[in-house]
This record gives sequence, C-alpha cells and structure tokens, in this order.
Amino acid sequence: MRYAETGYNLEIDLSRGSIERVETDPRLTELHLGGLGTNAKILWDRVPPEVEPFSPDNLLIFGVGLLTGTPAPSANRTIISTISPQTLLMAFSVMGGFWAPELKHAGYDRVIIRGKSASLVYLWINNDKVEIRDASHLQGKGAQETAELIRQELNEPRAQVAAIGLAGENRVYFASIEHDKSSASRLGIGAVMGDKKLKAIAVRGTKDINIARPAEFLELCNEVLEYTRWRQENPIKGVPAIIARLGAAQEMDEVDEAWHTANFAWGNARYRRKDFWTEEIAQKWEHTQKKAVRRLIACYNCPVRCGGVVSHPGLSVKRYMMKCFTKLTYTIAAMTNELEFDFRIAGYAQEYGIDGYTAPQVMAFAVELYEAGILTDQDLPGFPSSNEERFFYLLDKIVRREGIGDILANGVYWAARQIGRGAEAYDRNTIKKHEQIPIKLGTLNPIYFLWWSTGEKINITQIEGQMPQAPFATREEREEFVKDWIQVPNERFKEYILNWEPGSFPYYPPIPAVCEMVDWPETMHYIDDCTGVCAGVSSFVMKPPYHIHNFPRIISAATGLDIDEDELWKITRRNRNLLRANNVRRGLRRKDERPPEDHWKKRFPEYEAKLLEAYYEYRGWNKEGIPTKETLNQLGLDYVSEDFERRGIYNHG
Amino acid sequence: MAKTKKKIKVIRIDMDKCSGCRACEAICSAFHASPKYSSNNPARARIRLVRDPFEEIFLPVYAGEYTAAECMGRDKYVVEGKEYGECDFCRASCPSRDAFKEPDSGLPLKCDMCEDDPPQEEPLCVKWCLLDALTYEEREEEVEEEVKLDDLETGLESLVDNYGLQKVIDTVARITQKG
Ligand code: SF4
Ligand code: SF4
Ligand code: SF4
Repeated sequence: MRYAETGYNLEIDLSRGSIERVETDPRLTELHLGGLGTNAKILWDRVPPEVEPFSPDNLLIFGVGLLTGTPAPSANRTIISTISPQTLLMAFSVMGGFWAPELKHAGYDRVIIRGKSASLVYLWINNDKVEIRDASHLQGKGAQETAELIRQELNEPRAQVAAIGLAGENRVYFASIEHDKSSASRLGIGAVMGDKKLKAIAVRGTKDINIARPAEFLELCNEVLEYTRWRQENPIKGVPAIIARLGAAQEMDEVDEAWHTANFAWGNARYRRKDFWTEEIAQKWEHTQKKAVRRLIACYNCPVRCGGVVSHPGLSVKRYMMKCFTKLTYTIAAMTNELEFDFRIAGYAQEYGIDGYTAPQVMAFAVELYEAGILTDQDLPGFPSSNEERFFYLLDKIVRREGIGDILANGVYWAARQIGRGAEAYDRNTIKKHEQIPIKLGTLNPIYFLWWSTGEKINITQIEGQMPQAPFATREEREEFVKDWIQVPNERFKEYILNWEPGSFPYYPPIPAVCEMVDWPETMHYIDDCTGVCAGVSSFVMKPPYHIHNFPRIISAATGLDIDEDELWKITRRNRNLLRANNVRRGLRRKDERPPEDHWKKRFPEYEAKLLEAYYEYRGWNKEGIPTKETLNQLGLDYVSEDFERRGIYNHG
Repeated sequence: MAKTKKKIKVIRIDMDKCSGCRACEAICSAFHASPKYSSNNPARARIRLVRDPFEEIFLPVYAGEYTAAECMGRDKYVVEGKEYGECDFCRASCPSRDAFKEPDSGLPLKCDMCEDDPPQEEPLCVKWCLLDALTYEEREEEVEEEVKLDDLETGLESLVDNYGLQKVIDTVARITQKG
C-alpha cells in the first residue's frame, strides 16, 4: 500500500481523447517528494526545450502535494506546472482551496494533460469514472460561473472545479486557473489550459487516504495545531499587522494598509506615495472593507482563515472570493484612492480569470504609454478620462484580445517590444519577461536582490519569508524576536538578526550570511510546494507551525519513508537544481538574472556581481548560473549533466 | 421505568464563526478509521459541512439517526434571506440522499460524540475547530432508562430494511460456515 499518496497518475491525451490510469514508481517520491518536485521531473523527462508552450506536446500537470488531503493542517495545495507562454521557461503556480484533496480522494496524485482538443471540453473525474465532456455551452463563461454550471449539470454539489475564464480561452499570457477561494495565477498557465481547449476539471472523490504511522502522525498534527493557536494569539510585535499573524497576509481581516501603500510603487511602478495613509483614508477604507467582505473563509483543513467572501452585485454568482494583496493591486496600479474600485474590478477580473498581480500592471503600463503619447486615440478609441474607467476598458480589451488588447494580452515585456516607439523604456518592472511586485526602494537590499534575480518561480513572494523584511530598530526588539525562534535551521540566523542594524544595507549582512538567508526561506517554499502545505502557515510567514525540524518527522510518519533533516535538504536541492536545469536547457543564463535598473535608487554594480557570483558558488553553479556537473552528480542528477554535455551547454555557456 | 442520571453532551454550533474549512470532516473520519487515524476520508465523516460561499452558507450538520423511509415532503429554510437547500438542516441518514452513508457499503453513519475508551477530552471535531465554531458542553439530566441501539444494531437494522430479515440471516449463516 502507498501512504499519503495514492500511487496513481491520470494521463489524459486531449488530441486522442484517451484516458489512462497509470501506476507510478514509488522511487520518484523518495527522490522528489511529489508536487512541484515530481512535476519538474516529468517536465524534464517529457518536455524537451524544443517544445513550445502552445504545442500539443507541452504538458499541463496538476500535481497534488505529498501531504495534501492527509489530516496535516493546511495541506491542500495543487501545484500546476507547464511551460509558460510569457517567460518561455518552466512555470509553476500553486492554488489552495479544495481541489487537490478531492483529487487525492478520487485516487490520483496528479493529472497530466497533453495534446489539444478540437473543441472546448471539460474533464469530469468521479473516482474511477473519468470522462471528457463537451463544454461548448460553457464557452465565454466566467470561471466561478462555469464551476456552478458544472456542479448543477452533474448534480454533484460537492464536486470541486478548477476552471478558466475568457482570458484563458483567449490565451492571455497572464490568464489564471481559478478554483473556489484560490487560483493558480502566475505565468500564464491558464493560457496553456485554454490552448488545450480544456475549460475545467471537475473532481469528486470518496476514497481513503492512508497514513503509515497514524498515532505518531496525529501527535505531530496536534502540535502544529497547538502552535497555530498560540501563534494567532501572540502576533509578532513590531511588524505590520497584515503579517503579524499566520495566513497568506491577513488583508481580508486587517484594514491597516499603511505599509503596502507607502512602500509599493503606484501606477506602472512609477512612484511611491509615502504619506498616502491618513486617518481619513483609514476610516474610508475600513467602511468599504467591512461592507464588502462578508465573511472570512479558509481552504481545506486550515485553521487560519485568510480569504474573504466579497459581495458583488455585478456578477452572475453575486459574490466572489478574494485573498491577500489582490485587495490593493488594482487600486495601486490605477493610482486611485478608492479601495472600492479594487473590490469591484477584481470580481470581474476573477471571472475572466486573469492574474491579479500582472493584469493591473499591464493596464497601468498602457495608461502611461497613452499619457506619453506612445499609444494614441487610434490605438485606444473612446478611451475614458478617469483611470478607473480606463482600467475597465482595458480589462475588456485584454481578455477579448481586441484591438490593442491583443498586444497587451502578452504582458508588459512582449507588448513593449511589439508596440515599439520607445515603449521599452516603460517596461520598468519585469524580470525574465514577467511582472514583479512593484517595490522600488532606496538602497539595494542584498537578500531581495538575490531572491529577485535567481528565483525559478520568477516571483519573489514565492521564495521569501521567515524573517522580518526590515531590521528592528533596537537591540531589545531583536532579542525579543529571536528568543523563541525555534524555526531557524541553525543558531547563526539569530546572530544575523541580532546584529542587523537599520541602515546597514547593502554591506550587512555579510555575503556568506546573505546566501544562507536567501537559501533557507527558499528551501522552505520548495518543501511546501512538494508537500502541498500552504506557505501562509509555513515558508512565507515568520515563526510558522511548520519548519525544517518538524517537516521531516511529519513526512516520515505520513509516508513511512525515513527522511531526516539532511535528507530533506538534499531532496530540496535536487528539486531546486532540476527546476533550474529545465530553465537552463531553455536558455536561462546569468544575463537574465537582473532586477530592473530603478529597483533601488542606489545600486552597486560591482557588489551586485560579487553577490551573484558568491550565491552561484554557494549553490554549486558556475559563473553563468548553470549547475555544475559535480553538483548535479552529487544529487543523483547525472542524467541532467549528461544532457547538458550533449547539448554543449557547458562549452559556450 | 426506572430513572437514571444521563450525561447530556451538547455541541454548540456557531455558524457565524465557521470558515468552511472542513477540518471537522477530515478529523472525524480519521478518528473513526481503524486503527485510529490510519486513514481519512470526509465522505465517511459524521459531520458534514454544507458550504455555498456564493450564498454565504456555511452550515455544519451532524449525522443523526438512520431512517428507513424518507419524509413525506421536503423542507427548505430561508434564514436572513439565504435560501438553504432541501433537507440541509436534517441529520438523518435517509434513502433520499447519500449524506451520512459509508461511500462503498451505503451503511448509515451516525455521530457517536467520539465515544472512546479512555474517553477523549472533547469530541475531535470540536478540538480541531480552532475558530470555535464548534464548542462542547456537558450536563447531567434525570431520564427514564432506555434500551440503546449500538452501531452494529443500527447497521443491521438498515440491512434488514434493504434486503429483508431472511436474506440477512441467510447471509450471516453462510459467512459463518465459510469462516
Ligand atoms: S492560510 Fe489562507 S491560503 Fe493558506 S491554507 Fe489557510 S486559508 Fe488557505
Ligand atoms: S472545523 Fe469549524 S470552522 Fe472548519 S468547517 Fe468545521 S465547523 Fe466550520
Ligand atoms: S463528535 Fe466525533 S463522531 Fe461526532 S461528528 Fe464530531 S468527530 Fe465525528
């Protein structure tokens, strides 16, 4: 018997209309754990670099985390991987909600989609019964609307549905896959789903998930819950309220947005509004938020609720679900003072299924080009005068790929080059062709520099965490913070924090410490993305209930594998390098690992080069950022180094 | 009939606090696995969350008695403008629906308040609901003695209803011979 996982994948070929249930090799779990790690291995084996994102040979993999669906609290993630139409590199995006546990209860660890259907279809997985069904009547329907219609036509209110909206159908490069209170938004995986003409996957599962060492496992789960309870009652002092407790930033509950509004650049990553947050705004936003957010909700088996049900009179489903920073992205990008605008447009955007990070930035980019005279009334006929209305106008054009929308739908990087006429200069917030969080600060932050430059997720929120984002002002505060910091992998981290004075960037922390501080949170994210534990109770937050010391025991008790801390680090390094390898094989090199020019006011080119090289060395990569043969072979990735040699990747960088 | 003291166990359900996480379903099913916690499956849980975020419905319902025949009609509640589904508030394991039945055998499920030896401090669903949408209270009451059906009897009763007494007796006899 297999424990924690089911041992079966579902292989769907939409070109041939075939459905296969395939038993998997248990050794893959020992090497890659599951979720993201195993997805990366499948992509390496089956999607060579010649395969284009919109080729029928590209795979779209819905992977379930190793612990997902077990009683491990907050283990509910689906990890979706494919090749991104936007970055042309490996994409992975993670969603919470209820879909992944349902799939595991249906008896599968993963759904692997290949091929392309001739007409729009959806997949219905009901335990052993799997069907490809016609979806022509769902064409153009909203993502949640689609989910509701499917549940009704199947007469199965408990089916969990992941669906794309119009943006996915039209292959918008930042189309999302939406499910319940969550979505897999980044890097255009919804466009790949749309390209395959797959509107949705509905799942219902009523089978058992087995645990290898039940008593021990439950004890560990109870410890996680007890710590969670304690942690929610004891928020971290001296940090913004939205990140003081657990959860994927408590922005549905907390109103205070002084931190985001002051530190993030508004518009098309243009400028900061350091004194935006006033008593008057606070009161107004409090009123708006309390009216809009009807209830706080959680994903499957999560004791922390960080999502909100938001009422929305304009939608056919009347309400939608929101979490985290999407509350602000449209407001900040449109440079309005209205929180209400965000709640309104985000509801439509979610039904169309587009990424709430990228979409607003693309719209702000278009608005700025218009103001600069690069886009004209010819490109934007009837363009309204207020930014709020302009955003609605652009949203409509983009998801339909109508007129200028057809170019904007490719994201800022590609659109800037297609528009030309100097538009490239306004592409000021992408790395590796992908829109980043618009943080533009003063002095180079060496830790963020490396996260931004080197992350395979190409999105900093997916690798940062664990530590305060800025040093505490006083030694007393720092001592208070480290005193019960059980999550650190070693005691050195406490020293780094204790000695971290305000204003010490970029030369403190010293480079070796920076490497460790970059590595640890990223490692924790990789563990989350393999096990399916939510980053909101783990890698992303400070002092989480899941950490490097209890993860090995939880994984071992659930699966029966004996994995200790060293082994877990090793597996994570293997997965980290395998993701890197997928991208190196697709052309990723050092020149791509660079934050935009104005990311910080004060840059230190020589020091940055030193940082990057030191980090590459720390990781066992060469000066081009390519994992060396020794590194790969030590991790049992000989087949990767052999492939690199065959392709001459080591010879000409 | 003689009077005895009876412990009344009450789970207080505060729907306003429910986040819809279904931890209660997960842990209930794990607790009732044998050996304990060796598997989990919300479809086997004795609590069930009726959840419809678009209607703002978050309603935990406990499995009650098995019933051989469905009600003559259906009920449908509207509370503060929210329309609940047919029979949503009903606790019965009833032939009209698949709630509160074992997924493979169809045998009825019933909340047993996590009866255990030694007893649990509080029911597992309550313990795992950190938001206190479920809380537990106990009190004593004087009641007339009654004969209580145990799980096996309830199960058998439903088999008898489905297949007839004779068939069940025959089957038991056959299994006994095989053993
Ligand atoms: S912390 Fe938030 S996002 Fe994470 S599992 Fe819980 S409810 Fe979902
Ligand atoms: S555990 Fe509590 S909050 Fe979660 S669904 Fe059950 S009753 Fe609601
Ligand atoms: S009290 Fe125990 S048996 Fe009843 S629903 Fe809760 S966990 Fe299940």
